[in-house]
Parts: sequence; structure tokens; C-alpha cells
Amino acid sequence: MIQSLMDRIQFNFIDGDRWVYLADGLKNTLIMTVFALLLGLVIGFLIAIVRSTHDKTGSLRVLNLFCKVYLTVIRGTPVLVQLLICYFVILVNTGLPKVAIAFIAFGLNSGAYVAEIIRSGIMSIDNGQFEAGRSLGFNYVQTMIFIILPQALKNVLPALGNEFIVLLKETSVAGYIAIADLTKGGDIIRSRTFDAFMPLITVAIIYLVMVLTFSKLLSILERRLRNNER
Amino acid sequence: MKKLFAAVLLGTMTLSMGVLASAEDDGVLKMATNAEFPPYEYHEMVDGEDKIVGIDAEVAGLIAEELGMTLEIEDMAFDSVLAAVQTGQVDIAMAGITVTEERLQSVSFTDPYTTATQMIIVPEGSDIKGPDDLAGKTIGVQLGTTGDIYVEDVEDATIERFNKGFEAVQDLLAGRLDAVVIDGEPAKVFVSQNEGLVLIDEPFTEEEYAIAVAKDNEEFLTKVNDALTKLKESGAFQEVVDKYISSDDSADEAETEAAESETAAE
Repeated sequence: MIQSLMDRIQFNFIDGDRWVYLADGLKNTLIMTVFALLLGLVIGFLIAIVRSTHDKTGSLRVLNLFCKVYLTVIRGTPVLVQLLICYFVILVNTGLPKVAIAFIAFGLNSGAYVAEIIRSGIMSIDNGQFEAGRSLGFNYVQTMIFIILPQALKNVLPALGNEFIVLLKETSVAGYIAIADLTKGGDIIRSRTFDAFMPLITVAIIYLVMVLTFSKLLSILERRLRNNER
Repeated sequence: MKKLFAAVLLGTMTLSMGVLASAEDDGVLKMATNAEFPPYEYHEMVDGEDKIVGIDAEVAGLIAEELGMTLEIEDMAFDSVLAAVQTGQVDIAMAGITVTEERLQSVSFTDPYTTATQMIIVPEGSDIKGPDDLAGKTIGVQLGTTGDIYVEDVEDATIERFNKGFEAVQDLLAGRLDAVVIDGEPAKVFVSQNEGLVLIDEPFTEEEYAIAVAKDNEEFLTKVNDALTKLKESGAFQEVVDKYISSDDSADEAETEAAESETAAE
């Protein structure tokens, strides 16, 4: 059985240099994830600030409405449909490379979820902290930056990490617009060897290893941030 | 970790063997196809009911009749079709499947029932005039098709693999691709449906379609082959082909039908 396993590895990955499909795919998956993550963080952060400022002070009504519409649309439709709309409708004549269109779509999507996560963090900080900041002579913006956000971000780190894990796995639908990501790399091998087991299991293991690595890094970061509590 | 992996592997193998044993005994001929490939197989509303029609579907129906079985069609992604035969989830696969050396390693094929070509679709006014001009271009294909496999040999070409043929055509229309390589019959339908696209006369490759059956089942393979020969000799096979493909190149009835169903499917 070990021998047949080796044969299948040879046939699926070594013959015809098929492992290159996986390596190239992994590269595209990582590029999309990293850029989408950054874009999502920026969008999410901005929206969270607008929304919580509105909740706390009642200002920014038009911006808040705009953000709410954005959240409703993005959270109310599947990411695959959003990706296809970005690729075949909205960004069709821009000449942008596929991978760029993909991380824009994934970033826009992730931003909506990140926004609500960060907002929940901000709202979870006791109002007393806010009042303390103000009584020290900080204005609203300073209070936000120096007192509220550092505490809020620490509280939402696990939820944010979760969102990034979801994002990494969601990029697996990029194959629909003919991006050769990790999943598609496995599909290409599958279409050549007609062996479902080896390519799919290998792809799954690579995703799992990436998620585990990321979780580990995140837990180290969380521990560091908790140092001051001791 | 190693033990766990081995256990998972063993489990999967046992499972697939179980499936293997169950097929073919129950009077139902299960056929796998990818019904996005007019005129060989595509979805159409027949009397208000969604059905898979086309040359392959009808021929499979006739073969099932010859074998005294009832046909059941399973629609799946093209790259899963042969795996389904291999694991015994279905008895046969007809999806405009070209016989290749690589595929013969995992399944057996019947006698070929038709010859087909891989054609090149380009936008009007393209500088691509034949297969040789494809070098260095961006080419769209459908994942797992013979076009996909053969364009890998084109020098310096960038290959974009789509799950569906019409998506490659859409990308060609959007100007992101220089050419699409796809089977001849669907290529004609795509060109007739979309303005600004032309078909290059010289085919990219020529090949033969056959029915895939599981390996090492000579008895079943012979039965299917006999049925196929009977249908060819009686002329019933040609009747089906004529119904879907007419010899002249203009958009004929079958193609318009196919085109309509394509739009409906979208």
C-alpha cells in the first residue's frame, strides 16, 4: 500500500512537474489573501469609526447611512456572486489583472465583516474610559486613538483572526474567474490525472497548515498583548 | 500523524470499493456528463421540465434501450466526469470525451462514435490567422478539456482555465483574452451567438470522441460496443447527429435551439 501511495504521489505531483500547479496556486492564494486582508482592514477600520462615532455622538448621519447600505449589500450577498460581478460587470473594462480584481472583491467583502468586528470592540469599551479621556483634556479623536482603540483592538483580536482565516479559505472561489489559485491548482491536476484523492487531500492539508501557522502567530500576539494585565 | 493518514486513506479506499460494487446491477444505466456543451449535451426546457438533451444524451438513451436498461443522467463538472466512472459512481460517461493516452490510464473507452475538432475563436480583426499564431498569446480554455491539455504545448502562451466554456468566451469579448480554444460544435454556437467573434477555419486539433467505462470490465465494454455498432448500422445514430448538426455552416435550427437553451440556462 505504501508503494501504491508513492506511485500515486509520483503520478499526481512529480510526472509532468504537476506540483508546479500547486506552488503557483499557493503563491496566488497568498497574494490575494494578504492584499485583501490589508484592504479589508482599512475599509473595516474606517467604517467602524464612522458607525461608532454616529452611535456615540449622533453625528455623521449621511456617512453612517452610506456605511449601513454597504454592510447590508456586502453581507447580504455571497462572496462568489460579488467576485463574478466585480470581474464580469463592474471592473470589466479596467484592464486590471485578474488577481487585483480578485483581491479588491475579497477586500471589499472582508471589510464589511471587519467593520462590525471593530465596531463591537469599540462599543464594548466602558463609557467611563471615554469620559476619563475627555476629563484628561483629550478631544474626541485623541480619546479614540489613545484610549479606546488600543483596548478595543485587543478585545477583538480573536474575532479578527477568525475573519482572516475565513478570508484565506474564501479565496478558494477565485478559480471561477480562471485564477490559478491553490484550489484551482488541485483541480488542474485532478483534470489531468483523474485522481480525486491525492490532489484534493494535498490542497486541504496545505490550507490547514497555513491556518494553523496563522493561528499560532495570532496566539503569540495575543499573549504579548496580555502582558500588561499581569 | 502517519497512522492517521493511512487510516483516512484506507477508509476512503474501502468506501470507493463499496460504491464500485453497487453500480450496473439495478437495471439503471447511469451516465455522467457535463451538460454545458451544446450540441452534445445541454439543458433544455422540454414541456416545462428541465431536461438534458443533445447528441450524447440521446445516443446514451438508445444504448440503454439496447441493453434493456433505463438511462439516468448525472450532470457534473467536466473534470469530475471521468473520476465518476473510475470510482463506479456511474456506469458510463459521455461528455464529448476525447480519447487520450493519459485518460486511458484511468478508464477504458469504447469505439469512437464521432470525430471532433478543437477550434480557435478570435475577435474580428485579430492577427491570429491559424494555430501557429497562438504563440505568446493569452488563450482561454475550459478546464480539463483536450483544448486545455493541448494548448500547454503552445510556446510562451498564457493559459486561462475557466470552469465553463461560455465564461472564456465572455472574457474574450471583454478583450482580456486573445483567443479561445474549444470544441468545434460549441465553438460554432458561441460564434453565432456573439457579434464580433470569428472562427478560424483551420482546426487547432482533430480528435475522436468515445464513451468512457470503468477499467477492467471487458464484459460491459463489449456490451456497450455492440449496442453502439448496432445503432451505427441501423442508421439510428446518424439520425440523432443530423437532428443536432446540419452540414451547412450557417446558424441552423439545431444551433439556434442550442443557443436559446444556453441563454435560458444562464
